[in-house]
Amino acid sequence: MQDENGVAKGAEDRAYVRFEDVQKSYDGETLVIKNLNLEIERGEFLTMLGPSGSGKTTCLMMLAGFESTTHGAIYLHDQRIDNVPPHKRGIGMVFQNYALFPHMTVSENLAFPLKVRGLSKSDTEERVKRALEMVELPQFGDRRPAQLSGGQQQRVAVARALVFEPDLVLMDEPLGALDKQLREQMQFEIKHIHDNLGVTVVYVTHDQTEALTMSDRVAVFNDGIIQQLSTPEVLYEAPDNAFVAQFIGENNRFLGRIVERVNDQEVRVKLDTGEDIRALPVNLNGGDRTTLSLRPERVLINPDEGATPNVLEGTVQEVIYLGDHIRTRLAVAGHDDFIVKIPNAAGHPSLQRGQAARLGWTIEDCRALDA
Amino acid sequence: MADIAADGYVPERDESGALTTVDGTPLKISLRKSQRRAKRRAFYLVVPLLAFLFITFTIPIVGMIVRSVYNPEVANYLPETSAAIGDWDGEELPPEKVFAAMAADMEVGLENRTIGRAAGRINREIPGARSLVMGTARHVDEMQPPYREAFLEEDEDWSDLELWRLLKRETRLITPAYYLLALDFEYTPRGDIVERPEIYQVYRLLFIRTAWMSIVITGACLLLGYPVAHLLATLPLRTSNLLMILVLLPFWTSLLVRTSAWMVLLQQEGVVNDLLVWAGIINDNGRIRMIYNQLGTIIAMTHILLPFMILPLYSVMKTIPPSYMRAARSLGANQFTAFVKVYMPLTIPGLAAGVLLVFILAIGYYITPALVGGESGIFISNLIASNMQGTSAQLKLASALATILLVLVLFFYWLFNKLVGVDRLKFG
Repeated sequence: MQDENGVAKGAEDRAYVRFEDVQKSYDGETLVIKNLNLEIERGEFLTMLGPSGSGKTTCLMMLAGFESTTHGAIYLHDQRIDNVPPHKRGIGMVFQNYALFPHMTVSENLAFPLKVRGLSKSDTEERVKRALEMVELPQFGDRRPAQLSGGQQQRVAVARALVFEPDLVLMDEPLGALDKQLREQMQFEIKHIHDNLGVTVVYVTHDQTEALTMSDRVAVFNDGIIQQLSTPEVLYEAPDNAFVAQFIGENNRFLGRIVERVNDQEVRVKLDTGEDIRALPVNLNGGDRTTLSLRPERVLINPDEGATPNVLEGTVQEVIYLGDHIRTRLAVAGHDDFIVKIPNAAGHPSLQRGQAARLGWTIEDCRALDA
Repeated sequence: MADIAADGYVPERDESGALTTVDGTPLKISLRKSQRRAKRRAFYLVVPLLAFLFITFTIPIVGMIVRSVYNPEVANYLPETSAAIGDWDGEELPPEKVFAAMAADMEVGLENRTIGRAAGRINREIPGARSLVMGTARHVDEMQPPYREAFLEEDEDWSDLELWRLLKRETRLITPAYYLLALDFEYTPRGDIVERPEIYQVYRLLFIRTAWMSIVITGACLLLGYPVAHLLATLPLRTSNLLMILVLLPFWTSLLVRTSAWMVLLQQEGVVNDLLVWAGIINDNGRIRMIYNQLGTIIAMTHILLPFMILPLYSVMKTIPPSYMRAARSLGANQFTAFVKVYMPLTIPGLAAGVLLVFILAIGYYITPALVGGESGIFISNLIASNMQGTSAQLKLASALATILLVLVLFFYWLFNKLVGVDRLKFG
């Protein structure tokens, strides 16, 4: 499950960061990280995504050196680093609340990693200047962090993590404290900095939009295990299991029993409420129970007769106008939380509350996953 | 020219261009009016405390300062003499009119029984002057002018110029004499200021010792308290609560109990010495003197004042997120550099508050040095107290000493403000 199935890689590519059989326990009774194997390529933007308590931050802290591994090894550049103290790992880090030193000016903050490395004064000044220009705050060097807005502090934090030119930068939910608009802007800025500098970034977030926007690959964590490691596209289009399908994007779920495995491309499922559905088998781990997953935007309203292999009847419960699409909630097959997103395009079907509708979808869009 | 808000409202302005409310009152006045009620209510809430402080704090301190310089005896009880002696040049015996005035004052003074107080005041500067004054006063009603000759006939000592010079000096209502005394100086009869003979010098040494020992105690509190505060702030809540109770326990125990506990521990036949002898570190004849000296005062006071250092430090350390240290380390600083460059500067508000608190409490401390200080470990407050008690009480000297102590504290506060900035302090 931990094998990457997204980016195609040549066998000769050496992994830049490698977690090998890493396990972590805080109390000796439960594992918060269960046998993690993960390889990160040089220059990659990898995001660890998951709900709180899923182990993603622990994973990052072990890489940074603030948490010890209970078992296993971590390699950076083929050097084993899990016993190296954090200040010798040379990894840049952006913290959740920026952790800019409040008693230093912006310039002093940026100069800090250079000074402890013993760089000359002129070198330090030069690099600080360049770093400030990189984050577009050239005239803010003399201010204190408290005098900056949240977005500016964020940029300084990024600049500070990069100013000593580390090859690897870790970011621990760095945009969590910003408002929505600023967050979206910063996502692109961080992405651009990554593209321009070519550093490797490991990014932790619980915001799936952020993960999908920025990452080359996303590792979805739950329960101490990487549930799926893939490109954003694959994660969304082809989730491996019910958790990923549920966690990434919106998702309609049906529980049912497999009645017939037609071939690799089709299974027939009888829902618990009696309807027959044809679905794409993805991850059926042996048993005959399955969770069907269907994206709300892949549902067609009142399709032509015979156009879709699956058709169910539903009643409209609620219609919410959201500008770019219309979100419609229907009662279908015993669930009243079936969501359909109707794009606000010319001639879109208009539904009223209480109206009955036929809902259709293809076999490929309905994925049969683990129960 | 006019501002137009989004809803099209044009704020009204008066002739000078200042903003006004809709009915034309200037906005600033309107605002002040609306805030006045709240301010007044806040003021009423603190009035009882202000009154209390005024009565119990301001008035006594002003009284103390006034008392330390006020010198009314000669001027009040020898009023005629005080007036007459004013233009005397002090080079030869005063003229007849001074002696006549003295005779008149003595007559009144005998009648009012106030002459003794004036005589007492002079006696403090020139021993024996009391009997001279009292003896002459008893016969003054039989004297005939010219009084100068009559006085000299009564007692040769009236020809002593120093006595008259002293009298002239003491007619001033305000005198620095007690401050001079408090700093081990004194007046010569001619009015020059000289150091007191060495065997009488106590106060200056004691001021210096008090300040020095307070610094040592503050330093000891800081060294012992800083790690504890750090531990308190970083340990998990349950453990840190337990530790906090241990820190606060001394707070809940009577000062006297704690001090006497130290006496039990530290005396030569005490627990610590017994243990050292038992462990063979010292032999029975070499028991260490740890109490009734400076060491005893320093140990006991460090213990007593430690919470005042720990609590402000703790409250500041509690607010320092661990991510600062982590950030410093991820940026390449080792544990020590991260601590010195990042953690410690962030604790300065608490550190400074603790230092100020402990130092100021220490410098005026009384009970503990009195009990365990012995001879070499007492503080200036112990001498102030002894000057206020008993038959030989010198209240004015005590006032002068106390005022100097107050000024010393204010000086340290000022110095501290210069170095750290009091507005940055965080006491809890």
